Amino acid sequence: MKRALPILAVLVLLLAAIAIANPFFLEPAGFLAFLKRAAPLVILAAGQYFVVVSGEFDLSVGSLVTAEVVIAARLIDGDESATWPVLALLIVAGPLAGLVNGVLTTKLRVPSFIVTLGMLLVLSGAVFLWTGGAPRGALSEGFRAFGRGGLGPVPWSVLILLAVGAAAIWLMRADFGRTLMATGDNERAAALSGVRVDRVKIFAFMLSGLSAAVAAILLGGFAGVSAQAGQGLEFSAITAVVLGGVVLGGGRGSVLAAMAGAVTLEALFTLLNLYGISGALEFTVQGVIIIAAVAAGAVRLPRKPTPRRGDAHAAS
Amino acid sequence: MPRPKAAVAVLTVLGALVAAGCTTDKPAATTPSAAPAASAQGSGTGAQSKFFVQADFDAQLAMRSQPPEGPVDRPWEQAIAPKMTGTARYKKDGPYHLCFSNAAVNNPWRQVGWKTMQAEVGLHEEIGKFTALDAEGKDDKQISDIAELQAKGCDALIVSPNTTATLTPAVTAACGKVPVIVFDRGVETDCPVTFIKPIGGYAFGADAAEFLAAKVPAGGKVLALRILPGVDVLETRWSAAKVIFDRSRVQVVGVEFTDGDAARTKSIVSDYIQRHGRIDGVWMDAGATAVAAVEAFEDAGLPVPPINGEDQQDFLQKWKDAGLTAVAPTYPTYQWRTPVIAALRILKGEEVPETWNLPQPKVTAENLSSYLKPNMPPLHYALCGCEELPGFPETWGGRKG
Repeated sequence: MKRALPILAVLVLLLAAIAIANPFFLEPAGFLAFLKRAAPLVILAAGQYFVVVSGEFDLSVGSLVTAEVVIAARLIDGDESATWPVLALLIVAGPLAGLVNGVLTTKLRVPSFIVTLGMLLVLSGAVFLWTGGAPRGALSEGFRAFGRGGLGPVPWSVLILLAVGAAAIWLMRADFGRTLMATGDNERAAALSGVRVDRVKIFAFMLSGLSAAVAAILLGGFAGVSAQAGQGLEFSAITAVVLGGVVLGGGRGSVLAAMAGAVTLEALFTLLNLYGISGALEFTVQGVIIIAAVAAGAVRLPRKPTPRRGDAHAAS
Repeated sequence: MPRPKAAVAVLTVLGALVAAGCTTDKPAATTPSAAPAASAQGSGTGAQSKFFVQADFDAQLAMRSQPPEGPVDRPWEQAIAPKMTGTARYKKDGPYHLCFSNAAVNNPWRQVGWKTMQAEVGLHEEIGKFTALDAEGKDDKQISDIAELQAKGCDALIVSPNTTATLTPAVTAACGKVPVIVFDRGVETDCPVTFIKPIGGYAFGADAAEFLAAKVPAGGKVLALRILPGVDVLETRWSAAKVIFDRSRVQVVGVEFTDGDAARTKSIVSDYIQRHGRIDGVWMDAGATAVAAVEAFEDAGLPVPPINGEDQQDFLQKWKDAGLTAVAPTYPTYQWRTPVIAALRILKGEEVPETWNLPQPKVTAENLSSYLKPNMPPLHYALCGCEELPGFPETWGGRKG
């Protein structure tokens, strides 16, 4: 919680700025609508956090989201009865893609940004090949309910977001969290003290894939079928994570702060939009945040009394 | 510790890669500089686009009411005020080898059109061979495609240019060797034997804006949604709408770029609904995200105001199911049939129009039911002119119903 304080302060400032421009934002309906929109990115950020804190990157989540939305539409094709089997398939397929990423990264020793960049290209190429840029089929009402509907006034997305958030915090407090943190901080030391480093990293990638699957279900539900559903989301997720103070390179940062980073990023986009600033600025803002956050991390590093990385780390 | 620096470098490079990748699946801009971002000031419509040409605007708006010549039930063979040109010097005997350099098949509109064109080719026995190359949205590939096709012994070359200015020299070079037919987007030379297009972007934008100006009460708030700046066919749509809105008594509260992204469209519309309490009309330069805009009102529990979309199946279906107050100007996909017909006429030495202006109908409440076809996929374009072609509806992704 303590690590999440700076980003929460920024978030509160941004929310206040939005509320000044748009008083409706403070009403429950307005705020819930905002959370509903932010939910997919926040969930993606939670998944990305596991990978980043273990010292790796996952650049494939955006194209994984697109692939899942397009596949869901093709398989469901407007048929209500297909909703649940397809949902189950998506939930399985996400971690499976993560498993591939993880195995290639750890067993074949290919740097994760190469592996996941490759996965990004493979998935987006496959989606294009399959659809030719024009997805077929349609999502059923039952499928879309997760992104559009709600339990009374509370959108399903917000409830799912709360559940995912709770699960992520619980995971980080469990043994897995400690070993993951140790792996990201100093892989060699962690390995020597009995952590199965590869297994931990693979699991982190699988969690990222799972979060992409959940985000795809929410995004597809929210906006419908599109061949651009997940475009650029991997960068938004990484931006959110570093905005939350998680150190690229691994070992430091809290999952709550990463998720708060995603909410902050979404709030920032909302604010830009409210003041009529072009959407093109979003990329610029993300770029500045990534660079600034990493630079800030680099400035802080020497003050740490103990060196954080051994020679073995250079290989990762 | 080099690691953080390395991470920055890596992210910067990857960012550049992704940014470069992003640009490829958008319609290419004909000029590199973006048009001035429209901002809410004065009339709310911002400054006029530098793509705006008053004479073209007037000509296109006039063309809308000119009755086209040609068979009524085959609009892809009709032409508005054609100025015919002789083609006797291209006359030769069949069977013919037709070639086609396609800009891309990277969006549903081009998908539907491409299938329609292939089906049209299948209708003509005198076409012995049909060679098509897909430039995948890249100017450089299309330039080499056009050169390659000239070496393949084509009797006629059909080009759908990726961008206007960049492809002009390639088309000019081809003109000397083979009769060239250009359609969809133009080039800056009149060397092609014929240039085939619907009326154009001004007519599209004006059809939608006139509808909203009539349906939205005076002082009503209109939100304008655009895909992206700097593309001529899209700039003309908005610049025509701007002229109409400036004359009307509606208030344009925002002009936003959606990137053609459904989620972003929905978020932008939701933001505007929240900010203004209500939005009384939505104008769009392309209808692909119209359903997302409609859903933003539905999810906010508000009635859907007058809106325009395009002739895409999902929007027409929504229109009918939700009883929308809507209009759908079109950029008909049936124009993909015309170049094949034109090529054959040229090779038979028959006259063709120099500029072949196809009619550009609009879908209205009155004719909606005739355009909405059951069992077609959500991203199908209704004005494909493909219903009588072999393979319909399966080839276009539909089901027999």
